[in-house]
Amino acid sequence: MDLTRRETLGACGAAALLAMLPAPALARTTDDWIAEFTGGADMAEGGLDLTAPEIAENGNTVPIEVGAPGASEILVLATGNPTPGVVKFTFGPLAGSQRASTRIRLAGTQDVIAIAKLADGSFARASTTVKVTIGGCGG
Amino acid sequence: MADGVKPRVKAPRTASAGEVVTIKTLISHPMESGQRKDGSGNPIPRSIINRFTCAFNGQMVVDVTLEPAISTNPYFEFEAKIPEAGTLQFTWYDDDGSVYEDSKPIEIS
Repeated sequence: MDLTRRETLGACGAAALLAMLPAPALARTTDDWIAEFTGGADMAEGGLDLTAPEIAENGNTVPIEVGAPGASEILVLATGNPTPGVVKFTFGPLAGSQRASTRIRLAGTQDVIAIAKLADGSFARASTTVKVTIGGCGG
Repeated sequence: MADGVKPRVKAPRTASAGEVVTIKTLISHPMESGQRKDGSGNPIPRSIINRFTCAFNGQMVVDVTLEPAISTNPYFEFEAKIPEAGTLQFTWYDDDGSVYEDSKPIEIS
């Protein structure tokens, strides 16, 4: 099979494009997560509680609690982790309150962000800094 | 399927109609994040529970999407409103397709 110069260049270009495509999907930044969740809408401060320790000795298990009265969804992000996504709570009709707690991993000292989608469709945001003594990503 | 996966749920056995009860769940699971490397430097593939749901008599209480940043042995604490006697159903979905289930009956006192 004889490849012309044009065909060769075309094939290389297609291969390069294919190689580039998965990269952005893998490395979603904090801003990507926020944009995907809010659709670019503005976020107000207040109306959302984010409880996390000021200092966490072990980044492998950091207890956090989020709560926002009337929220339908709450997203939690860790800005300094290799992948910023942490957890998303979706509250159903039988949720006793829009509040939940869990334990998360933090790679190091960083900001933890919570964003809630409130009943009226607006978004609220809260963030707090957690100091981590031992990182939680097995580095 | 990851080894030794065991769900544990703490919920009251009885409640008054319309009461809001606190539920605590924990499932033993390594939650391998995909970021760690083994002794010879090869990355260990990701293997986590990616979704957890709790429903009461088929009605949703909470639906949680988990990312690798959730700690080993994922723990959740939340509240549910109990309008009538029935069963709380808990379901965990593993990356490898396994589904782990538990349920707790609640009576009205």
